[in-house]
Amino acid sequence: MKCDFCDKKATVFLTQLVEGQMKKVCLCESCAQDKGVTDPTGFSLADMLITGTPTSAILGAPIFSSKKRQSDEKKCPHCGFSADDLSRVRRFGCSECYDVFRSEMEMILPGMQIGMTHVGKVPRGHEEKHLHEEKIERLRSQLDAAIQSENYEAAARLRDELRQLETLFPGLSPS
Amino acid sequence: MMRFSTLIRHPAEWMIGGTVDNAVVLTSRIRLARNLRKIPFPGWATAAQRREAMDLMLPVIQELRPMKDAFAQSLSGLTAVQKQVLVERHLISREHAARTEGSAAVIERRQTLSIMVNEEDHLRMQSIRPGLHLRVAYDALNEVDDALQEQLPFAFDRKLGFLTTCPTNLGTGMRASAMLHLPALVLSNQIGQVLNAIARLGLAVRGLYGEGTESLGNLYQISNQSTLGESEPQIIEQLERVISQVAMHEANARLKLLEDEPIMLHDKMGRSFGVLKHAWLMDSKEALNHLSVVRLGACLGFFPKETVRLCDTLLMEIQPAHLQLHCGQKLSPEQRDERRAQIMRLHLQNVTSPVTVISDHNHHPLSDSNPSPEP
Repeated sequence: MKCDFCDKKATVFLTQLVEGQMKKVCLCESCAQDKGVTDPTGFSLADMLITGTPTSAILGAPIFSSKKRQSDEKKCPHCGFSADDLSRVRRFGCSECYDVFRSEMEMILPGMQIGMTHVGKVPRGHEEKHLHEEKIERLRSQLDAAIQSENYEAAARLRDELRQLETLFPGLSPS
Repeated sequence: MMRFSTLIRHPAEWMIGGTVDNAVVLTSRIRLARNLRKIPFPGWATAAQRREAMDLMLPVIQELRPMKDAFAQSLSGLTAVQKQVLVERHLISREHAARTEGSAAVIERRQTLSIMVNEEDHLRMQSIRPGLHLRVAYDALNEVDDALQEQLPFAFDRKLGFLTTCPTNLGTGMRASAMLHLPALVLSNQIGQVLNAIARLGLAVRGLYGEGTESLGNLYQISNQSTLGESEPQIIEQLERVISQVAMHEANARLKLLEDEPIMLHDKMGRSFGVLKHAWLMDSKEALNHLSVVRLGACLGFFPKETVRLCDTLLMEIQPAHLQLHCGQKLSPEQRDERRAQIMRLHLQNVTSPVTVISDHNHHPLSDSNPSPEP
């Protein structure tokens, strides 16, 4: 079996109960050392999982921001908040961080909240805006497809339709 | 604009009950957390970004109908003592008081509505009412929230609700809480059991000044813990149900104490009254504990009814920052203890000694001339 962090042979296998779910990580000798897994007292799999990238979050990909990994550490493109910041302060940098770190967040939520989905107040006009957002999104991809297939007649029609929608909600146009 | 001295000259109606029954539940509070879309949260923003966000929000807040002629002040324009006074009155949080440049507080005249700008979230707004009236407090705040939403782009996600700096506030962004005075549950050793039951329901119990504070004067705050997965009315209804049950337990425990242990209760009243009326040095803790006894006594008829109001006023007035503000100078802890005792003596001057109270169910009535034998 290979190490989850590099391609070396895994010799350390760690299983822990995180939020009521069994999580497993396989590590090679040096990665285990690197991440402090050999010291059971100072190690929590939850911390490791919380900062994992979404694709491999289940088996905790690089998390501890060792210097060599700093360059590819996940960051919010909007405010620069990093996965490392998140695991340190357990708070977010801006509203956009919730999109960037959605998978990390969904892992920590069950421990702190009763549910995973908001059922309370929705700001007035938000529903309507959301439907438009979805429609604009759909039209844009149709437009892209039309241009790709050189169907310029359809493209022109879609473009006009898009323009009309975007004038209704100017805030929704891509910045 | 309203001056600080005008704002805090009198205790707010909500602090002293007004015409509302506040024998057990002193106050109900609702707090909502809101943030602006795409602008870094205050803790992650640069000073310039924080100022920018504040400049965007402040004019909109001051335009709110209830905020006409409100007290509005940048935290950098308040002294440490003034900020602490606002904390002692529960108008701003301790966290907020620690901030300066780029943060502000807007407080409505009657102090029932206050809005913190750039606390942990861009906006933390709160509404307070006397007694158990969470729903009333929520409705008032919800209107303010609606009005603000029309002009400010709040960060909202269909799945996660209102986006907040800390994920513990996601969803409704709402913390509903009530302050309860539970001396009889403490005296009858039932408090541990009650607090455990509350915690098992997923609700939080805290002391007088919120998170991490000790319970002084038998005052407890009960609030919801979770903000995601339940609607605002659901959270409020559950909380009101639990709180009225706790309040009922307390009310029963009070009557039972009077019935079962009248001598102990009379003794406590006399002692606390004596200390408050005659001591010359008194720290906060001692003061709060004696005030708690006298407040209980006033509810049970040992003291005139208005004494409850007096206790609630004093509860605020004897806090360290309030003492220093009224003195107009910084006081050492020893000077504060002296001043606190002086205020107590002054205010209790006209309160008569505790009278003998007989429980309706007591078949061996007590009286000073003919004390009944204790079982």
